[in-house]
Amino acid sequence: MRLITGSKFKIGGMIVAFFLLMMLPPILPSYWLTILTQMLIFGILAMSLDVLMGYTGLPSFGHAGFFGTSAYVVAILSTRYQVGFLGCVFGGFLLSTAIAFLFGLLVAHSGGVYFLMITLALGMVIWGLAFRWVTMTGGDNGIAGIPKPELGIPIPLEDPMVFYYFVLSVFLVVLILLYLFTRSPFGLSLRGIRDSESRMRILGYNTWLHKYLSYVVAGAFGAISGILWAYYNGFVSPMDLDLTASFEAFLMVILGGPGTLIGPALGAGMIVFLKNFISAYTHRWLLILGAIYILAILYVPGGIMELGKRLVKGGDKE
Amino acid sequence: MKKLFLVSFIGMLVIGIAAMPTSVLAQEKGPIKIGFFAPLTGHAAQTGKDMLSGLQVYLKEQGSQVTGRKIELISEDTEAKPAVALTKVRKLVEKDGVHVLIGGLMASTGYALMPYVDSKKIPAIYAIMASDDLTQRHRGKWMVRTGWTSSQPSHPFGEYAYKELGYRKVATIGYDYAFGWEVIGGFQRTFEEAGGKIIQKLWTPVGTMDYGPYLGQINKEADAVFALFFGAGALQFVKQYKDYGLKDKIPLTGGGTTTDEHVLPSMGDEAIGVMTTLHYSAAIDTPVNQKFAQAFRKFAGKSASYYGEGPYTGGKWIIEAIKALKGKAEDREKFLSALKNLKIADAPRGPIELDSFGNPVQNIYIRKVGKVGGELQNTVIKVYPKVSQFWKYNPDEYIKQPLYTRDYPPLKP
Repeated sequence: MRLITGSKFKIGGMIVAFFLLMMLPPILPSYWLTILTQMLIFGILAMSLDVLMGYTGLPSFGHAGFFGTSAYVVAILSTRYQVGFLGCVFGGFLLSTAIAFLFGLLVAHSGGVYFLMITLALGMVIWGLAFRWVTMTGGDNGIAGIPKPELGIPIPLEDPMVFYYFVLSVFLVVLILLYLFTRSPFGLSLRGIRDSESRMRILGYNTWLHKYLSYVVAGAFGAISGILWAYYNGFVSPMDLDLTASFEAFLMVILGGPGTLIGPALGAGMIVFLKNFISAYTHRWLLILGAIYILAILYVPGGIMELGKRLVKGGDKE
Repeated sequence: MKKLFLVSFIGMLVIGIAAMPTSVLAQEKGPIKIGFFAPLTGHAAQTGKDMLSGLQVYLKEQGSQVTGRKIELISEDTEAKPAVALTKVRKLVEKDGVHVLIGGLMASTGYALMPYVDSKKIPAIYAIMASDDLTQRHRGKWMVRTGWTSSQPSHPFGEYAYKELGYRKVATIGYDYAFGWEVIGGFQRTFEEAGGKIIQKLWTPVGTMDYGPYLGQINKEADAVFALFFGAGALQFVKQYKDYGLKDKIPLTGGGTTTDEHVLPSMGDEAIGVMTTLHYSAAIDTPVNQKFAQAFRKFAGKSASYYGEGPYTGGKWIIEAIKALKGKAEDREKFLSALKNLKIADAPRGPIELDSFGNPVQNIYIRKVGKVGGELQNTVIKVYPKVSQFWKYNPDEYIKQPLYTRDYPPLKP
């Protein structure tokens, strides 16, 4: 099997993008470096959601719950119990994934709008905990003062550029892992379920189990982005996992092109960029963002990736 | 055409990033950049805009310049979300290269920004954010509070309520978060120390509009009710307080934001007689304040409130400090020092100086809503001069006590 499928242009584009991501930072002003870091972090989140939404066809309005849970665990362990970097990472990842294992049991039987509603509700449960469990989470005030990560080896992760490359390497590892996952037989079954669950069931696949595991995998990778966010931002609050946050993740996938992995990463980059860029020029950036969403859904429902394919015309054969 | 997408996308990205103005190296003759941040969209938008107007009124009065240097005001919308505030403040500090920050409405923003502000060593003027702990147990070095603490006005009012209004039993009701807890906590402490008793403490979610379920629960034995709300919620509460027939039976008092000029013009006669406490009133009868109130009304088309006065005075604080430095605002440590040592004798709210914890020592005004010239106003009834955040307590002893929260001080049996 070919290692990477896709047209020359898609591969060429990826190589150029990779090159830019590696080479740009030293010449980038520090502010844009932090924005680029943010793009990568949300890129991971969007890709994790794409596994669920784009490949399995299960739209979720609660995905920020995994992002936020791991971020909160990092925040609480590091600020209150002075737990080191590795401890926080494991703690965040474990709790978030455990919740995915638990919630998955509640959602894996459903699909479509019902799935959307259940995940929304579950996302709100997590938000409710973050907001009300004030003694644990600080409630509305959030948790500030998350220290910069220390690896124990002399790599200064407090330096924004070093941190950027750290995030970039995590992003690339996640990209490769998810790529392999979606190209695997299991991943292909997920696409089958997306296209027609009943047919897959007739063929003898345990679709419930497939959907359950897809949800857990999505949650686990979502947790990774949350951990990075906590260290990047130094601050965690209920806004990091509310409905709006879940919805933004949802839109990153839609805008980027569901079911393409790269698409949602680009979608995330675009939204982070627009959010920061537009708001410098007008206070009505939400209006502009909304207009972009509407235009995208009307004319380019496959998102950026579809736009790319259309422009290139020679298209890839997938 | 085939290469177009690729090239144009990458090209746009690179050009877009490269074309962004990079932060200007600070030059001693260049403009002084002030970074303002507050919610300009969302549920607190009106409040944020008032804050911005206050600052703009002051800068306009100064001709947007100080010691021969032009002042550039860059404002950013925090959407009342700490995460957004952090992002925007990052932009102001790292991209725009501001000399000083001013703004902030929500307590959550205040706490969220402190570690960043301290790590970047940039002075940040907190002109409105009132969370007690920011200048008590969790002080930041680079934060300069020119506003107030939530409980600062409540302390004298507790005494006033017992001694001069003669109340003995009071029921409290307010928003169930830090601001509400601290304003009410401060009142409870001094009121009970004077000999009074809080017989009931009700809490409502922030932004509640329908107070029916709560008003029904108010203990009828109370001599008075002390309420803490703000914005549209305050409007609704005062109105519903009257609609439920409580106004004539149990006198209504509260924290200053409950009848703040921010919403007072929208209230009707149901607000008349409500007594509140704050470090400001648009009705303060001094030439300085009258001038400010008129300038604000002309600029913003509405009544001056404490949301406007805060950043107005905050702006004054910044400018006076820069004057003391003879315009050299680039040395951050000296700038911070100048800000912390400043005293202002003629702010619209009266004289202000900072205590050793970095919070203003200032007048507290007991106000009563009255109708003057056909308009409602917070008429000043009594002034407590030179009130600090610690009231009459020893600061170190005060800090050892817990922060006012939902359950502290606890209700006495």
